[in-house]
Amino acid sequence: MLLNKGQLTDWLNQLMQAYQVFAPIKEGDYFCFKQINSGDQATLNYTNSKVPPKEVLFPRSEKLFCYRCENDGVQLTEQIDESKKIIVGLRPCDAKSFLLLDGVFKSDKYHDPYYLTRRNNTVLVGLGCNQPASTCFCTSLGGGPFATEGLDLLLVDIGDRYVVEVLTDRGRELLAGMELPAADQEAKETARRVKEGAALSTQVNLEGLKSKLDVIFYDPIWDLIHEKCLGCAACTYTCPTCHCFDIVDEAEGNEGCRIRNWDACMFPLFTLHGSGHNPRPTGKERFRQRVMHKFKYFVDNFNAIACVGCGRCIINCPVNLDIREVLAEIQGSEVRSDKQ
Amino acid sequence: MKNPYLPLPMRLVKNFVETEDKLIHTFTLEFLNEEDEKSFQYLPGQFAEVSVFGVGEAPFGIASSPTEPGHLKFSVAKVGVVTTTLHQLPEGTILGVRGPLGNNYPIEEFKGKNLVVIGGGFAFTTLRSLITYILHPDHRGDYGELTVIYGARNPGLLLYKDELAEWEKRSDINLICTIDRPVEGWNGRVGFVPAVTKEVAPSAENAYAVICGPPVMIKFTMPVLEELGFSPERIIMSLENRMKCGIGMCGRCNVGNKYVCKDGPVFTRAQLNQLPNEY
Ligand SMILES: Cc1cc2nc3c(=O)[nH]c(=O)nc-3n(C[C@H](O)[C@H](O)[C@H](O)COP(=O)(O)OP(=O)(O)OC[C@H]3O[C@@H](n4cnc5c(N)ncnc54)[C@H](O)[C@@H]3O)c2cc1C
Ligand code: SF4
Ligand code: SF4
Ligand code: FES
Repeated sequence: MLLNKGQLTDWLNQLMQAYQVFAPIKEGDYFCFKQINSGDQATLNYTNSKVPPKEVLFPRSEKLFCYRCENDGVQLTEQIDESKKIIVGLRPCDAKSFLLLDGVFKSDKYHDPYYLTRRNNTVLVGLGCNQPASTCFCTSLGGGPFATEGLDLLLVDIGDRYVVEVLTDRGRELLAGMELPAADQEAKETARRVKEGAALSTQVNLEGLKSKLDVIFYDPIWDLIHEKCLGCAACTYTCPTCHCFDIVDEAEGNEGCRIRNWDACMFPLFTLHGSGHNPRPTGKERFRQRVMHKFKYFVDNFNAIACVGCGRCIINCPVNLDIREVLAEIQGSEVRSDKQ
Repeated sequence: MKNPYLPLPMRLVKNFVETEDKLIHTFTLEFLNEEDEKSFQYLPGQFAEVSVFGVGEAPFGIASSPTEPGHLKFSVAKVGVVTTTLHQLPEGTILGVRGPLGNNYPIEEFKGKNLVVIGGGFAFTTLRSLITYILHPDHRGDYGELTVIYGARNPGLLLYKDELAEWEKRSDINLICTIDRPVEGWNGRVGFVPAVTKEVAPSAENAYAVICGPPVMIKFTMPVLEELGFSPERIIMSLENRMKCGIGMCGRCNVGNKYVCKDGPVFTRAQLNQLPNEY
């Protein structure tokens, strides 16, 4: 189907009657996903957001429940957000990250109702990437600038119009009442050319990486790889697949809330035991954890790599530590032994 | 499915100073709601997240046994924010408990086997649960000989002194308590747990060893157990990585691809041999 760019604002305004709409907007020097209250706030000519749209479903800080202590008990109030949402203009890599997060927040035994409720109530309208950034490497991870996995609709920018690819029924419902024309031959042809033109400049060789990581834990390579890292966690905070969190209480008098906040494996306190013992005492163990978690442990547990190649960790690292180079170094290394 | 983050309300009915140095208190908690008590079905080795409302939550091994209905017990060392507050709480305070979490000691596999339980310091909590469970008249017949080796720096630091005295009198448990250095009035053994284990030399024949304690104790007891013939599959340990969610989501407690909160905390030595040494 075809959507004129001029119709976008009206469409979003219409959707806002039934949904909270989240879209990229410019804040200072960068873009981020925020709830908009007027369709014209959505800015779809952006490369990628600083912080992934993950925060719409898994906010950096959220209340789990509030409580009031009484003499003979405690009143708990769950804080589950049941509002219907749409994320408009997210990139295919970020859509894929939700599929990975689903596995974490939904196990056989436990369901995380905060993430899952939002997830079930959120429709994803993707935006293909006509001009991927130099840091993008999604195709190495099975994605692509116009990949549709995880999306309900995909918008392909063909100049003055979007070709709208309808991927699910939920996506189709969003278009109800719009009476959009089907894509004509010329639009299809332009879309094809746009897609072909969106070539990625980097490829990362992941072949055999997993079997290398299986035996590389005690290899001295980690001593070198982490050296530059400051442990600031900019990489993990801006990663669409990172999901670590902390749980804290905030209270005043006999009332308060239990809150979860994003946390990161790059911080020393993350694993510090009460006894003072720390299983990951230095930057080396913490950097190794980040790489191993994404490229080995997650594969062991979910049969998928927990990286979508969005490049944010590369862009946001203050010392230019590039995950692509780290992986290449591991790939090029000779594994000496996996014994302590 | 239930919201796994919501604690069940419990009342602190006893805040008992367990050790001479006052650093360990044992807390007895009762459920406020009968249906919560029914739903909280646990086995020895499992843990729970205990909430002090307004301060936070922390994970503790469950020291009581399912054979002691009506309450839960936790023995807690004062190390940080939540534990220090807990120590100061008056009896009657309303707390929250989430759980039971994690896996349990393989009590089904233990059936028909002899058991050697080795503990050091205040890590004796879930071992108390296990021993109490096995000694219960409904279960004692399912298990073979029970040997318990328990060490502390000095007699005042042993947990559960009244119970140790009772176990001492029984003939269906062989209890060996030891302290690090001689003290006047102590008639038991003197020596570190690894050395005492070597002296006692429990047979590995048809037996499992369960070991919990400080890392040095474990490190030096392991070769003794191996020498005695306990295979890695028959040595059971419990890990204590730092935790928050307790349900495998917050990403904090992993050792390699295993999450201590959900895949553990109980592991065999053989399983740990397959994992990196990040615990
Ligand atoms: C499965 C399991 C079972 C357990 N069972 C028991 C048990 O039966 N009994 C028991 O006593 N314990 C047990 N523990 C350990 C217990 O969970 C911890 O001791 C407890 O969580 C500490 O909580 P806290 O809030 O008091 O400490 P925290 O305040 O979180 O402090 C913990 C440590 O971190 C340090 N720290 C915290 N914040 C900072 C900071 N900002 N800067 C520098 N350092 C900081 C503290 O100095 C302290 O050493 C168990 C743990 C697990 C995982
Ligand atoms: S590891 Fe880096 S490139 Fe991969 S998904 Fe996370 S932020 Fe993006
Ligand atoms: S952003 Fe760079 S410096 Fe900061 S923790 Fe990540 S790798 Fe290290
Ligand atoms: S405590 Fe959160 S993952 Fe184990």
